[in-house]
Amino acid sequence: MKAQVLLVDDEPNILLSLEFLIKRAGYTVATACDGEQALTQVTALQPALVVLDINMPKMNGYEVCERIRANPAWQEIRIILLTAKGRDVEREKGLALGADDYVTKPFSNQELMTKIQSLLPAD
Amino acid sequence: MLSTPVVVVTIALYLGLLFAIAFVADHRAKQGRSLIANPYIYTLSIAVYCTAWTFFGSVGWAAKTGLGFLPIYLGPTLMAALWWLVLRKIVHISRRQRITSIADFIGSRYGKSAQLTGLVTVIAVVGILPYISLQLKAVSNSFILLQGYPALEVPVGSSPLLWHDTAFYIALLLAAFTILFGTRHIDVSERHEGMVAAIAFESIFKLVAFLAVGLYVTFHLFDGPGDIFRQAAHDPELAKLLTLEALPGGYASWLSLMLISMSAILFLPRQFQVAVVENVNEEHLRQASWLFPLYLLLINIFVLPLALGGLLLLDGSVDPDTFVLTLPMAQQAEGLALLAFIGGVSAATGMVIVATIALATMISNELILPTLLRTRRQEEAKGLLPEGDLSRWVLRIRRGSILVILLLAYLYFRLIGESYALVSIGLVSFVAAAQFAPAILIGIYWKGATRQGALVGLLAGFVIWGYTLLLPALAKSGWLPISIVEEGLFGIAVLKPYALFGLAELDPITHAVFWSLPINIFLLVTVSLYSNPSLIEKVQAREFVDAFKDVEPGRGRIDVWRGTVTVASLKALVARFTGEEAAERAFNQFALERGFNFEDQTIAEPHTHLVSYGERLIAGVIGAASARVMISTLYKGQTLNIDDVMDILDETSQVVEYSHQLEEKTRQYEAATAKLRAANERLQQLDRLKDDFVSTVSHELRTPLTSIRAFSEILLSEPDLEMDKRQEFLQIIVDESQRLTRLINDVLDLAKLDADNFQWTLADTDLKQLVHDATKAVYQLYQERGIRLRTEFPDARVMAKMDRDRILQVVINLLSNAAKFCPENRGRVKVSLRADAHWVTVCVDDNGPGIPASFHDRLFDKFQQVEDEQQGKPKGSGLGLAICKGIIEHHGGRIWVDSAPGAGSRFYFSLPRRQSGADTGP
Repeated sequence: MKAQVLLVDDEPNILLSLEFLIKRAGYTVATACDGEQALTQVTALQPALVVLDINMPKMNGYEVCERIRANPAWQEIRIILLTAKGRDVEREKGLALGADDYVTKPFSNQELMTKIQSLLPAD
Repeated sequence: MLSTPVVVVTIALYLGLLFAIAFVADHRAKQGRSLIANPYIYTLSIAVYCTAWTFFGSVGWAAKTGLGFLPIYLGPTLMAALWWLVLRKIVHISRRQRITSIADFIGSRYGKSAQLTGLVTVIAVVGILPYISLQLKAVSNSFILLQGYPALEVPVGSSPLLWHDTAFYIALLLAAFTILFGTRHIDVSERHEGMVAAIAFESIFKLVAFLAVGLYVTFHLFDGPGDIFRQAAHDPELAKLLTLEALPGGYASWLSLMLISMSAILFLPRQFQVAVVENVNEEHLRQASWLFPLYLLLINIFVLPLALGGLLLLDGSVDPDTFVLTLPMAQQAEGLALLAFIGGVSAATGMVIVATIALATMISNELILPTLLRTRRQEEAKGLLPEGDLSRWVLRIRRGSILVILLLAYLYFRLIGESYALVSIGLVSFVAAAQFAPAILIGIYWKGATRQGALVGLLAGFVIWGYTLLLPALAKSGWLPISIVEEGLFGIAVLKPYALFGLAELDPITHAVFWSLPINIFLLVTVSLYSNPSLIEKVQAREFVDAFKDVEPGRGRIDVWRGTVTVASLKALVARFTGEEAAERAFNQFALERGFNFEDQTIAEPHTHLVSYGERLIAGVIGAASARVMISTLYKGQTLNIDDVMDILDETSQVVEYSHQLEEKTRQYEAATAKLRAANERLQQLDRLKDDFVSTVSHELRTPLTSIRAFSEILLSEPDLEMDKRQEFLQIIVDESQRLTRLINDVLDLAKLDADNFQWTLADTDLKQLVHDATKAVYQLYQERGIRLRTEFPDARVMAKMDRDRILQVVINLLSNAAKFCPENRGRVKVSLRADAHWVTVCVDDNGPGIPASFHDRLFDKFQQVEDEQQGKPKGSGLGLAICKGIIEHHGGRIWVDSAPGAGSRFYFSLPRRQSGADTGP
């Protein structure tokens, strides 16, 4: 059984494209379109990896990241942040909050998939 | 009856009577029952203006020029109307400052300047000497005439030797008399009640004598004034006197004589003495300002009849200046002749007494005492002189001054007087006194007038006076080469004293006035504007100009003395000038008024103003400048002398000035800094906004790009993708591209709006039609979402000036927004249009979810979108309303929202019907 990936973004089209991509790579995929929904999904599914957009309604990606890292049970969850602003400070902030990697929109599919695969243990 | 012994005895009796009056008045004053404290005596004392010049000279002047004698009396009459305004202020100031003379007044105004008082004193003495000599001439001539009776002419011959010269003895007699009158004792207030009473009596006497002669000639020798004028009209020479043709110098002369006599009535030293220094109550000015003109009218009423009568009845060789005396003499009316003679004497003595006392006060207080006190102080300090009672010194100096003044006047009479008519001599003095007018009048109304300005103005006026009037007089009398008058100084024509710079059309008096007064005023004002007053000048300027503003004299004064002074030493110093008794009284009064006890307080502390009070008491005796010197002696042990004090003052005033400038600069810098800080904050804020905007735009652009790139790459790498998936992904790419395009367009629109170079094409547009077009444009959208759109329009067209396409964009945007937020199929949107005289208003009303009030303000900001629980992120760039707001505001209109959750939203915008200032588009 391949690892489960949770996709979080408020843009339905981005969710759609990433879901298609990651499924093609053989992972199980769940989605959420805001921060609160993301935390619900994490609690329910305990995914191996979360692809997390930063700029979202209700709860932003930083906070979701922080909450995940605050729970000792979730320390194994890998987190890749997606941001549309692409500034160094944001990457620093995200990494300081416990994210494992970082991708700036727009990104190449190859780049994202490489990062996902490097973070998830091969079967 | 006109024999010399009788005449001499009569004079003696008359003078004895005067003295008795003065004695009684002084006595009454001491008892506190003043004889003179009423407006009538005050007015009569001002009538000292009418001297032997009036008594004898006016008739002589009228005999030559007809009405030409009048301006000398019209001027004061005009001036009397202004007394309540001008003279009252001068009197008020003088009382507060304890002014003793006109020199003291001017000096005090300009910072108690010893230089200035000295200059004024010199001008007054030199300027008034001719006037006093005129009185000597009049009295001695009339005395000689009486001696020659029944002849009517002064025997022609060489001037008599000194000890045979009547004028010499008259000068000595007057000196003795003046000394007796004016310097019997010395008073704190420098008032001479006895003298004033005597002067008032003399004014009555001379009026009565003159009227007696006038009535005698008019009604006894002729049948009334009508008869005289009729007879005169028959004589072609005399007829000219009855018209204005006889006036020498024409209107210019008439005007200048009025002008100088206006100033003379206030600023001749003797007039200043009686009207200001001797004034006991400012209220007396009310009556005096009409009583005095009345007196002038009475004393002038018979001038013309007497002049014409003399010309008709007497031999042409009789000097018209003597008509008042020679008319009765010719008729053997010996008693009347004697009355006329004594009337002349009374007119002359009145003037001589007051003028000489005024001048002697100035000479002693402003010239001799300051120097004397300085040297004495040094000697006292060295222990060479005991500290004696100085009031006796002051009296001695005054008496000496009186004698010297009268002897100088006699000298002037011997040197020059014989070659001039009475009136011409008097006018020379008038012009000299007029030089004081600018320094005083400008000084009491303009704080900016400075000591330097007054000094330069006065000096220039005085020099011009000397050059244009005194110098020619000396030349004409043979004491200087006459070529100076005829060819100019050193033969330079433009320097002719009577025709400076070729101005030859005016008579000498008008000519002198023309040059001296304007130059005096000009220099006073200009130099004042370019000179810095010292601190004490500023203090005094304020005291004078704002005389009526402070209730308590001396409040707000600055006590400039440094160091401490004991009350005892201050009182002792005052006592040296005023006497023990007066000093005791004055100090007790001060203690009573201020409510403190000298036994508790032995130090005259600065805040009590006691030192200033003492200074004013001394100033009352010896003048302000000298008082300053004396007070400084109290501080001698503290190594401060008057020069030190002055240095400190100047230094202080410079420091004050400098710190004022610094304060001003600091204020300016602070203001500039505040402005800069505000501007900087605004810039930083704008910078932050711009950063935020760029960052937000970048985010908004990256989002659709991410989708486009992701799907494009999927399509590229997955050639085997099913057809329907491929179609779906391509559609997403197209949609996201369109979203990108819209966003870029909106950003560009907004940038243009902000940059203010939007292409505006303003034209009269029917808003009804425009809204209708907008509804057609959104028809498709509304159809798709199943939303009903209703319109509510007025019948008439609604015209306003606008850029049609932009407003259409606004309306479409509002309609699209409404459609977007309305529930599908249940949505209802109403667009309505209202108009009044000034505004047209469009309202878009929907039944969507509504917007919480907390969002209303931010709604029209860039990228502010209201998130909705159910619908999630709204579609659109988040710039639409910001663009609408920019467009509406550019039209001078307003856009706003009225909404609440669950109550739908109403978006309004209003446009002005008349564009005002919005046509700024290129």
